[in-house]
Amino acid sequence: MNKIDIRNFNLYYDYGDFHALKNVNLLIEEHQVTALIGPSGCGKSTLLRSLNRMNDLIDGVKVKGEVTIDTQNIYENHTDLIRLRKKVGMVFQRPNPFPLSIFDNIAYGPRLHGIKKKNRLQAVVEHALTRVHLWEDLKDRLKRYALNLSLEQQQRLCIARLLAVTPDVVLMDEPCSTLDPVSTAKVEELIYELKKHYTIVIVTHNMQQAARVSDRTGFMLLGELIEYGETADIFTKPSDRRTEDYITGRFG
Amino acid sequence: MERHFDEELKELKERLLRMASLAEESIVKAVKALVDRDKELAEDVIGSDDAINFLEIEVDELCLKLLAIRQPIATDLRFITSALKIITDLERIGDLSVNIAERALDLMEQPLLKPLIDIPRMAQLAQKMVKDSLDAFVNRDPELAREVCRRDDEVDQLNHQIFRELLTYMIQDPKAITRSVDLILVGRHLERIADHATNIGEDVVYLVKGKTIKHHIDEKGGKN
Repeated sequence: MNKIDIRNFNLYYDYGDFHALKNVNLLIEEHQVTALIGPSGCGKSTLLRSLNRMNDLIDGVKVKGEVTIDTQNIYENHTDLIRLRKKVGMVFQRPNPFPLSIFDNIAYGPRLHGIKKKNRLQAVVEHALTRVHLWEDLKDRLKRYALNLSLEQQQRLCIARLLAVTPDVVLMDEPCSTLDPVSTAKVEELIYELKKHYTIVIVTHNMQQAARVSDRTGFMLLGELIEYGETADIFTKPSDRRTEDYITGRFG
Repeated sequence: MERHFDEELKELKERLLRMASLAEESIVKAVKALVDRDKELAEDVIGSDDAINFLEIEVDELCLKLLAIRQPIATDLRFITSALKIITDLERIGDLSVNIAERALDLMEQPLLKPLIDIPRMAQLAQKMVKDSLDAFVNRDPELAREVCRRDDEVDQLNHQIFRELLTYMIQDPKAITRSVDLILVGRHLERIADHATNIGEDVVYLVKGKTIKHHIDEKGGKN
């Protein structure tokens, strides 16, 4: 089942001066983890941000082509961007909880979307924190300041925050780069569980992480999607020489 | 970009080739001992098998170490897993040569049953198959590897021929039975050596192409 259909997608920075994404064609499957790998500057984060139009926030960005999520081309003029970013959430490299309590962090989105009743908000918060395995640890400390949590817990909190607004797709831009190996392993276990309910696209610098965590992997280079396939195939018998050279460390 | 890992892979390859060279040599010496009825040479083959066995252990440990430390993928991974398989085949080839040498020792205690023609021919084919499969490995040549696999049929045919001929000897003269059985066993050992060379050929194809041709799966339309 295709969740996201990226078709002949091109993106330019600086009012057309820099061609950052060159004719990308990619089908992302529902309830799977898709990893995007490639050397710095290859366009993987740009592509990721294109999936919820975060690039719109940058001056001088031009886009050609289509990104269809379910049956909707998100680049059509009348697209509701707020609904889009609710449906397609994003987790960043550095955990960025709001300077609020744990509870208010999670409740922020739902409140914005119209949920006011206290017991409904409490249910949403409990559900979101349970999904990221933080409920047991934090249920008696919901009033505590979120920034006092450990980095790994903050990252899980950020994931919970976006799960609270019931997205379909979760985008992750190097979500474990700032975490130590044990914390990374915990977040990876979480990703493994989350894919049962969501479609996940993850950008990572860590080859082994892409191999562990994803079902399909796409290799990008200089704005192009060079190769895309089953993760096991990409890592055992890549078809393209450039993919092979990158993943084995012969360049990059 | 040169990787330190490439140095380690080079070392692995050299050990593997050393092992292959010893295995090939053992086939030649074993059959020569049989044909020339040379006791010393037969004993030399038996004594030299340890060197092959120790190399198997060494290469095995090196492969494990590289897997753990380097977490290789793609071609590097296929190279190391192929090396692990190839050393098993080479070690068995060494053992089979020892078996041939042991038969030779028994046979040379008795009068010659018949001039040996098919067995040396079989040995030549088998030895060339081993040599070529390792050349295919060194040169990453899947065509040569496949061609080695195809030669197995000829070796099998010679083995059948040897069996049928010795059967007639045994039927005509019960005193010929022990020697005939020994020679039939030698044929069998050579046939097995050729099979191991075929295995190595299949491993080379997998290494280069990432596709396996084992068990004729590519012809049977299996998943690939």
